[in-house]
Amino acid sequence: MAESPQVALKDDSALVTEAKAGSYAAFEELVNRYEKKIYRLGMNLTGNPEDAEDVLQEAFLKAFVHLPDFREDSRFYTWLVRIAVNEGLMKLRKRRSDKSVAIEDKVDDEGDVMPRDFADWKPNPEQQYAQAEIEAILRNSAQSLSPGFRTVFLLRDVDGLSTQETAEILGISEGAVKARLFRARLQLREELSKIFKRG
Amino acid sequence: MKCNDCFQQISNYLEGEIDAALRRELEEHLGKCHRCQVVYDSTRKTIELYCDGKLFELPVGVRARLHAALRRHWEGQIR
Ligand SMILES: [Zn+2]
Repeated sequence: MAESPQVALKDDSALVTEAKAGSYAAFEELVNRYEKKIYRLGMNLTGNPEDAEDVLQEAFLKAFVHLPDFREDSRFYTWLVRIAVNEGLMKLRKRRSDKSVAIEDKVDDEGDVMPRDFADWKPNPEQQYAQAEIEAILRNSAQSLSPGFRTVFLLRDVDGLSTQETAEILGISEGAVKARLFRARLQLREELSKIFKRG
Repeated sequence: MKCNDCFQQISNYLEGEIDAALRRELEEHLGKCHRCQVVYDSTRKTIELYCDGKLFELPVGVRARLHAALRRHWEGQIR
């Protein structure tokens, strides 16, 4: 991709300013920076490549259309992730009403989470499976979480958003983010343990 | 420290969000309790796997379609 080094060196807020003023190169550089992360978020959130591509396209198209309204009271990336999460959750809702699959509330906020599987894992499981296999394992395991827990895990642990940013995006308290993160991590660990534990 | 208290704190420990005294207790427990050590290691590994930058590469075709769609919108907007 031909891009001027000047654009590549700028920080996000400078690029946002230029994109608002009509520079496509500036907008495209923002896309280049975050397209991979948004795609991964879409994959883990929706669990399949078709939906992930839709989430990716819709998120950037909406970001493009709504850029003039972006007031820059948060980072561009946080604003973009919020749009992508909404697109992803909309997909899940649509899928649920289409196929009447219950995906919400498989787990609730209450009660103890206790680890059950205490077997050691194989060392470096990612090296013992083909890349496509490990991706499928991760996507499917993420689908075992309810969307509310899954999203918290993806935003906090994978996308590196802060507790406060995650709380704002999801419209929940910071305490709820922490509680869900704890439960999501343990539950995912339990799922992966079924596959990665030493035989 | 009991195993149950340890489990409840593992997530905060991974965040670096526990005070020094509790951290010492937890590390001491992890040092002698294999079950908790397994839970700690595999929880850390779980996060590491999802963060692995080599996974979930953006396919070339998907990227090309994204940029083509954005370009179309951009040109449509200027006109
Ligand atoms: Zn223990």
